[in-house]
Amino acid sequence: MMVFDHENLVRIAKSWGLFYMLAMAVGVVIYAYWPKNKTKFDEAGRSILDKDDKPWR
Amino acid sequence: MIARLTQDERRNALIILGLVALMGAVLGLAGRDDLLGWHGLLIVIFAAGLALPILGALDAPEPTEDRENAYYDDPTRLGILLSMGWAVFGLFMGVWVAALLAWPELTFVDSPWASFGRLRPAHTTGVIFGFGGNALIATSFHVLQRTSRARLSGQLLPWFVLLGYNLFCLLAVTGYFMGITQSKEYAEPEWYADLWLVVVWVAYFLIYVLTLARRKEPHIYVANWYYMAFILVVAVLHIINNLAVPVSFGQVKAYSAFSGVQDAMTQWWYGHNAVAFFLTAGFLGMMYYYLPKRAERPIFSYRMSIVSFWGITFMYLWAGSHHLHYTALPHWVQTLGMTFSVMLLVPSWASAGNALLTLNGAWRKVRDDATLRFMMIAAVFYGLSTFEGSFMAIRAVNSLSHYTDWTIGHVHAGALGWVAMITFGSIYYLVPVMWGRERMYSSALVEVHFWLALLGTLVYVFAMWNSGVIQGLMWRTYDESGSLSYSFVDSLVAMHPYYIARALGGLMFLMGALVGCFNIYMTIRGASASVAQGDRPADPNADRSLVAGE
Repeated sequence: MMVFDHENLVRIAKSWGLFYMLAMAVGVVIYAYWPKNKTKFDEAGRSILDKDDKPWR
Repeated sequence: MIARLTQDERRNALIILGLVALMGAVLGLAGRDDLLGWHGLLIVIFAAGLALPILGALDAPEPTEDRENAYYDDPTRLGILLSMGWAVFGLFMGVWVAALLAWPELTFVDSPWASFGRLRPAHTTGVIFGFGGNALIATSFHVLQRTSRARLSGQLLPWFVLLGYNLFCLLAVTGYFMGITQSKEYAEPEWYADLWLVVVWVAYFLIYVLTLARRKEPHIYVANWYYMAFILVVAVLHIINNLAVPVSFGQVKAYSAFSGVQDAMTQWWYGHNAVAFFLTAGFLGMMYYYLPKRAERPIFSYRMSIVSFWGITFMYLWAGSHHLHYTALPHWVQTLGMTFSVMLLVPSWASAGNALLTLNGAWRKVRDDATLRFMMIAAVFYGLSTFEGSFMAIRAVNSLSHYTDWTIGHVHAGALGWVAMITFGSIYYLVPVMWGRERMYSSALVEVHFWLALLGTLVYVFAMWNSGVIQGLMWRTYDESGSLSYSFVDSLVAMHPYYIARALGGLMFLMGALVGCFNIYMTIRGASASVAQGDRPADPNADRSLVAGE
């Protein structure tokens, strides 16, 4: 059984830490720049600019 | 404000205030032989002061309009005013401590409360938590409602958060003057104030989640992500760094759960992420909403804003150990912090670049409109100070910069140049909107404020850069025999002119804030000097008159 002591945590941080952070970064970039998401994000950027100042019902 | 609450809600408000007063009374009685007694009394007075106007208006007529038809802006309005009030207090304390460093006799009274060690946290808490925190709460309520197209959740909860937060700030600052501190930078308040902030902060997070749950706009705008990261991470940081055991429930003193290098690491994990999530993520939320709004252009790349959000959230959490270079902290942890600090430059510059590219094509507006210029300069300083921060986190650079005024200069490039500038810009956008005025009372005074703030920041930062580098170099200059060339006092004498310049820079910044307060007051009063002075809002067609042949 693996013990969560200092040595083991350091080993995990020094090895797998790199890979999960990289995987997450790649995931975020793919999500943000996925061509299909472009319209959705462009609309989101424009959505705040209308002059409407009442809650929608 | 009270007129917009139903009679049931007014009664509930009284019950909450009664509970707070009871808590204060218990604390005060338990701590009657300690400084805690005074804070118990302060809590009771605070609750009673809020209860009196509600008691007077208990039977006043209820609101007749359908409240769901309008956004809930009363808490935002008060938040803006509180923020400006704290700005004046915090900046004044800053000028005072800066003057004390140049002229140590300027304490005026020979009393412990006026010593540098007590005034300095009053300055940092006043500007960071008083000015910055109130501005974050006020703007987050405004942005959250507009981007969700839904009214804020709850009638009393927003008040509880805003006023409860200010009670925390009051406890903190009055505590410093009395000598109450747990000696952790930016986390000075003792256990009872810390526990109170946890309650307030959970309520803040609840407002955010509950309002988002009733949003009518399916997409959650990026500003809200930043505000949520700010609320969530600050809660985690605050709770963990303040884990402590009080000596007794009748005493202010508590002992930290950590000791030695673990305590130092926890503190700077907290300290650096307070910069990251309180002073960066929250204010980026402000920037991503108010800058496009004022420029009337969508953010240059919405997709880049998502990438920088996740970059900032996940990288900042590792950077804290760069505060502990050359200490007992294991070498690899120092290197980890240094590496993440350098990598942080990518998402930071993505945000700064995104903001500046949004303005690309609207530079005419930036030229004519000081409000937008505040936001533009904020983005520039954000880019500059994140570059400087990454640079200073490198161990070799840190060996020169650490413990010198360079650090102070860096912090103020961020705090004055980025945080305060984006806040003033947002407030100048918000005040006319919130009080139903067409524009600020005087755009000339906004202009005056802008130049005072910019000039003050530049004088401050350049003074500290010079002072810090000289100090660092003098401390590491050796003569042929291998002993230090300069004594500590030699370096102190060399710093003196820069300390005078720094106090002047701070004074300019404070004067700018005072001009801003006057302008906001006159705007709220409904006066308008703009027309008489011949000012006009930025005219999108201004250049047409220059077309050849006309």
